[in-house]
Amino acid sequence: MSTLRLEIVTPERKVYEKDVNMVVVKGVAGELGILPNHIPLVTPLKIAPVKAKIDGKDEYMAVHGGFMEVRKDKVVILAEAAEQGQDIDVIRARQAKERAERRLADRSTEIDHKRAELALQRALSRITAAGGE
Amino acid sequence: MAKGMREIKRSIKSKQNMKQITKAMEMVSAAKLKRAQNAALASRPYADKLREVVFSIAGGSGSVKHPMLQTREVKRTAYLVITSDRGLAGGLNTNLLRKLLITIREKHSSQDQYSVFVIGRKGRDFLRRRNIPIAQEVTGMTDSPTFADVKPIAAAAVQGFENGTYDELVLVYNEFRNAITQIPTLQKLLPLDASELGGAGGAKADYEYEPSAEEVLQVLLPKYAETLVFSALLDNKASEHGARMTAMGNATKNASKMIQQLTLTYNRARQAAITQEIAEIVGGANAQQ
Repeated sequence: MSTLRLEIVTPERKVYEKDVNMVVVKGVAGELGILPNHIPLVTPLKIAPVKAKIDGKDEYMAVHGGFMEVRKDKVVILAEAAEQGQDIDVIRARQAKERAERRLADRSTEIDHKRAELALQRALSRITAAGGE
Repeated sequence: MAKGMREIKRSIKSKQNMKQITKAMEMVSAAKLKRAQNAALASRPYADKLREVVFSIAGGSGSVKHPMLQTREVKRTAYLVITSDRGLAGGLNTNLLRKLLITIREKHSSQDQYSVFVIGRKGRDFLRRRNIPIAQEVTGMTDSPTFADVKPIAAAAVQGFENGTYDELVLVYNEFRNAITQIPTLQKLLPLDASELGGAGGAKADYEYEPSAEEVLQVLLPKYAETLVFSALLDNKASEHGARMTAMGNATKNASKMIQQLTLTYNRARQAAITQEIAEIVGGANAQQ
């Protein structure tokens, strides 16, 4: 089975670098599945888990925004923050989720609302990536 | 003990203590410098990749327009100043801030024409003392700053440019050359230089953009600018530790020199005291004969 190289890079370090069979991401225009020999592509990403398929097994990473660059045999995801599924503190993510939900429930100011929504998305993405739900 | 000797001895002791401290600080800074350099190195792939993609979009199609690429008439300039929180780093912060002050005096006639974003306690205190308006400040940065630490202030500055509050954004920081040389730098961050973008050349991949090149650019350009701020911060951190290491190295050297000199004076005084004592004894013995 042919593979492509997946790299996830943040400003601080390289979070992930592996040969995978398929990458599934959520772009701003919709969900995308990238197989080897994909046409070169650049797209911003939503805050969502990224799925990598390696020999029939799935690996999840929580990627907070950023964008993806696809080349023939390489996919580079640049994000301000990203974590691998196994590194995620699920309990903390759950707490963050609850906190965000509480904040969303009492809608006082506009800016708070937006921030809470982003926080909720991040928390959900983390929980999913960690295989929590 | 003759008079003066006790003082000299005390002075030697105090210099020795000082030397111990500066020596320790030098070694700590050396270790931190290494770490800061590694951090700067680790941030490079992200910045390089981002630049590559931004350049290939902005330079490739040519038709892409974005406010961050367009030069407007400069009515108001924002300065993003990066300094350290702590001193004892030689002339690092002073040189940088002096350069900033000279530029401000030359280019602007009133305080309405500029605004300053500042990172680091040294810079903040300096500007406050001189009544220069500070738009936003961040202090208490750790020795290994994360992107999240600078994101708010960088985003605020970039947004100020985007919505037209400022027509120019200048980054002020110490560029790291090596442990001995740091160069105070004023770098125009925004608008991004379109000619530089176009002239990037090299191997450009022909990308598809989803949803469109403009929209991708819209997301990427602010990120790119923020990343540049982050790299500048890491650079400044490395400069800080480098400068401190050198300054402390010099201090240790000076302390050694002073100790040597004082020891010499002390020994001379000691010898003089002994000589005098002998002369007195001999004088006394002679008188008795």
